[in-house]
Amino acid sequence: MATLEGGFQLREVQRLEGHTDRVWGLAWNPATGNAGIPLVFASCSGDTTVRIWEQNLSSGLWDCKAVLEETHTRTVRSCAWSPSGKLLASASFDATTAVWENVGGDFECVSTLEGHENEVKSLSWNASGSLLATCGRDKSVWIWEVLPGNEFECVSVLQGHTQDVKMVQWHPTRDVLFSCSYDNNIKVWADEGDSDDWQCVQTLGEPNNGHTSTVWALSFNAKGDKMVTSSDDLTLKIWETDNIRMQSGDGTAPWSHVSTLSGYHDRTIFSVHWSREGIIASGAADDAIRFFVENNESSVDGPSYKLLLKEEKAHDMDINSVQWSPGEKRLLASASDDGTIKIWELVSRS
Amino acid sequence: MVSGLINANPILYEKKERRARSAPSVADEYAVEPIDQQEIFDHIRDIKDPEHPYSLEELKVITEDAIEVDDQHSYVRVTFTPTVEHCSMATIIGLCLRVKLMRSLPSRYKVDIKVAPGSHATEAAVNKQLNDKERVAAALENPNLVDMVDECLAPSFN
Repeated sequence: MATLEGGFQLREVQRLEGHTDRVWGLAWNPATGNAGIPLVFASCSGDTTVRIWEQNLSSGLWDCKAVLEETHTRTVRSCAWSPSGKLLASASFDATTAVWENVGGDFECVSTLEGHENEVKSLSWNASGSLLATCGRDKSVWIWEVLPGNEFECVSVLQGHTQDVKMVQWHPTRDVLFSCSYDNNIKVWADEGDSDDWQCVQTLGEPNNGHTSTVWALSFNAKGDKMVTSSDDLTLKIWETDNIRMQSGDGTAPWSHVSTLSGYHDRTIFSVHWSREGIIASGAADDAIRFFVENNESSVDGPSYKLLLKEEKAHDMDINSVQWSPGEKRLLASASDDGTIKIWELVSRS
Repeated sequence: MVSGLINANPILYEKKERRARSAPSVADEYAVEPIDQQEIFDHIRDIKDPEHPYSLEELKVITEDAIEVDDQHSYVRVTFTPTVEHCSMATIIGLCLRVKLMRSLPSRYKVDIKVAPGSHATEAAVNKQLNDKERVAAALENPNLVDMVDECLAPSFN
């Protein structure tokens, strides 16, 4: 990771306006940003809409291409693209999850998933796009199977958290699901019998050096043998597992605490995202974005992490989401309570 | 009086005299006047209790001393004292305080709302809920709750 040594600076590429309320979530379309396909991302907001933004290849700047409205009736809390980039799912406080299909540039709502008792807060597609997980205030995590013809069938309802579930995230390569909650815990779920017999195989909480308040977000490194979690306890935590066991298909390979990054953010850390090349970005209620990398200096205590860069006052209000883009450049999008989205480029200081 | 009330006979306290805000020493009308404790108190003192026709000031749920403000760092913390330890209205009162300050203060402000230590049976749970902005956002999309909050806030806008 020699390229990460030396100075970096963050350049604001663009500030995007359009949403009329706080912006909660962001999702880059994973099928864009290479082979001449312009980068596309979706944003969702307290204004009940989802917006689609596409990069103009000549100017390098983003324009709003579509506003997905009149489907959700309350806040849209998060959104996620299927791995193929063809479907976009959105989770709303109106208790539904909507699935949208891009039909020649127009987004049509092709399915509405009902089942959660109240607010749906997060959703995630597995690596193959065959499963969609959702979670919400009703403390449950639902796993939906994607069937032909845009049909979705609930194959499991996972109970285990004692408070609302803030986020779900599939492992980047294995069908193992992770959830984090207002109950301060992270839970790992795996299908042990190949028959939709999903079980909680591990709970990472305070006794495992876990978080002492709400866990808001989690993200994996590219290999999938480490994850980072962010919390209301003002820390980020790094966890790791035995990669050989994980890759051999053993979803029950245990995760253990590696490192706690504390003393950086001053207020709740709502979002964290690990880039393909190993840079952790975090966005928080202190209006700042921070970047961390693994410390190369060998240490007897195992890996440690250091602050690479911080951007104070990145937004005028809380930052709710930070997401690295696909593609060549180190582009990061951030979403804020101030109603704006910003696109940043992390560049080497020459 | 039919007593379905949590606290049927609350103690009433005298309202504090309304002080005129001190005139700025420099007569520069463009000078930025920092937000202080008194200003915050004036925003919230007349909020009505959810179950009584009295203000939060009259019930001593809030006092000027229980407000910490740091204008330079755009930070406010309000500590309130529910009238009874098991007050199920504590989260509503906290929500009213948060909404009033959200509507009254510049958006750069960070606001923490807490119940006074030892004043509530489920203090940690109430504090956690009041300071989880996602839960607050969801609550403020509930029309019944919004009606209740607006009713409590009405006298504070006079």
